[in-house]
Amino acid sequence: MGTGCRNIWVRSVNKGDATIEVRDLYKIFGASPKDYVDAVRGGLSKAELGRSHGHILGLNNINISMAAGKVQVVMGLSGSGKSTLIRHINRLIEPTSGSIVIDGRNILEMSELELREFRRNRTAMVFQRFALLPHRTVIDNVTFGAEVRGVDKAKSRETGMRWIERVGLHGFEHRYPHELSGGMQQRVGLARALANDASILLMDEAYSALDPLIRTDMQTMLLDLQSELRKTIVFITHDLDEALRIGDNIVILRDGSIIQQGDSQDILLRPADDYIRRFIKDVNRARFIKIDAVMDRSQKNGNGATSPLKSGTTLEVAALELTKASRDSALVTDNGGQPIGLVTLHQITAALSSGVETEATSEAR
Amino acid sequence: MDWDSKFPQLDPDTLLAAKRAIDGSLRALTRNYGESIENFFYPLQRVLIFFENVIVGTPWPIVVAVLAGVAWFAARSWKVVAAVVAMLIAIGLLGLWQDAMKTVSLVFTATIFAIALGIPLGILMNRFRRAGKVMQTVLDVMQTMPPFVYLIPVVMLLGIGRVPGFIAVVIYAVPPIIRLTDLGIRLVDKEVLEAADAYGCSRSQKLWKVQMPLAMPTIMAGINQTIMMALGMVVIASMIGVQGLGLNVLQAIANQYFTQGIFNGFAIVGIAIIFDRISQAYGHRLQKHLGAVRE
Repeated sequence: MGTGCRNIWVRSVNKGDATIEVRDLYKIFGASPKDYVDAVRGGLSKAELGRSHGHILGLNNINISMAAGKVQVVMGLSGSGKSTLIRHINRLIEPTSGSIVIDGRNILEMSELELREFRRNRTAMVFQRFALLPHRTVIDNVTFGAEVRGVDKAKSRETGMRWIERVGLHGFEHRYPHELSGGMQQRVGLARALANDASILLMDEAYSALDPLIRTDMQTMLLDLQSELRKTIVFITHDLDEALRIGDNIVILRDGSIIQQGDSQDILLRPADDYIRRFIKDVNRARFIKIDAVMDRSQKNGNGATSPLKSGTTLEVAALELTKASRDSALVTDNGGQPIGLVTLHQITAALSSGVETEATSEAR
Repeated sequence: MDWDSKFPQLDPDTLLAAKRAIDGSLRALTRNYGESIENFFYPLQRVLIFFENVIVGTPWPIVVAVLAGVAWFAARSWKVVAAVVAMLIAIGLLGLWQDAMKTVSLVFTATIFAIALGIPLGILMNRFRRAGKVMQTVLDVMQTMPPFVYLIPVVMLLGIGRVPGFIAVVIYAVPPIIRLTDLGIRLVDKEVLEAADAYGCSRSQKLWKVQMPLAMPTIMAGINQTIMMALGMVVIASMIGVQGLGLNVLQAIANQYFTQGIFNGFAIVGIAIIFDRISQAYGHRLQKHLGAVRE
């Protein structure tokens, strides 16, 4: 049944390259959601829609361009619509209005069969509570996607074993999920997704159920994997630290609407409103702000006494280096070693304390 | 007037006419199609006789060995095997071996038919929600309607014998397996189903690779209940010509033979224990890998 379709996909799709364009996406939950799209477009609020019409506004005018090979984080608290949003990308949830274009194809126009092929070959998903098949061993879970696609068993086992080893579960392949800890179960979930060899990886609060230390390990593993795989990853989280650490680009959702979009430096240094300012208040700025954001780009001549700092170094590391060398400033160089600016301890301290300042001023108000 | 002391019932003539019309049409149906209905069920009769001959005709040591083997395969526990063998020996010592084997063959075939009928119906009931609601009502009626009532049309259409008894047992025993198949499928974790969808399962892949395996422990509980209900029905079924332990109990009631009644009653209990232990142990074993994840 699926072979004809699959061939079309293989021919028309370049696997390594998947941009996701979300345009004008609205999702309203309720008895007759379509009737309220225009009203919501016209400015009807979530509260008003719920109170007077008994419908729930899930997503409100979402526009995101997700770049190929990058990690797109969608952050928000519970009820912000982030899990709803990620389920639109593989159409586990049907939108009320809008479009999602992946490699030039609007997935919302796909037939059931096309959608199935799309899910089998182009996307893989990791779930918050792992969603492993409890009656199958680790290896049978990892090869589940291949089995559904109808791949030869010996071949899929080989691929499966490779990914099991890659996520550090060698020797556990014949165990059942309930015999593993949460962190290990999610490694299985990740291996299952990676074994699918899909260019889009959807991670729905994948690490939220894990202990903080294990979560950090898993983040590191994901970043390692991503540096060689270059998949388009959509990562949902409610944890700002996680978002800042993993995301190439971050979208912050509140009540179904986007309130800010940008990279970690944009969010930390130019928060869009008080809501985000409150969010970033407790973040360890030294760990996430990079010297590129604070350096003086007009000065490219240092005195040469200190070894230069690389572009992308965090303030934390930069401050440590400068202190160790007992210097006030250092040159910043790009990856090729060319100087691109000068950073001073004063700039670093100023950037670190700007968060505190905001707090003080907001209290004074 | 006495309107409050006497319920304003329908006109007696109307009621009489209605009864006559229904009974008359049923009788006409029996008269006109009785033979073709019997012919239709003739293969079933052959199947029943075949199973009975096999089970009754097999030498007792082989029956004991086979049931012990099944118990071991299902439960992997010497305790269960020992219980099964002990029950069989007790039944044999009481001189009820042959009757017990007749009952076992009836319950066995009825259970197989109930499973073959009930699991697909349960799947359909789950799949088509609206039809499922109708089915739910039908099942409620089937479970609460006294069996004697639906024995009447069965006997009218098919007379007395193995087949009507068998049909009555299946009707009585099939609801739990239908219900619990539906329930088992409904209880499958939503997130696991989402995963199945996200990895591109077709409807049938989802059913056979995810839903049915995860529903299996619940379905096993349904099979267990079905067996117990089939066993509970053997005494009633003996009233319409089913042989075996039930018939002995019926004779005991009619003639007030207390000991015969209690011996046969215990033999039925013994068979119930055998079936119950085997199917429950199997269900538990299926659940081993599911428990911790399902919570």
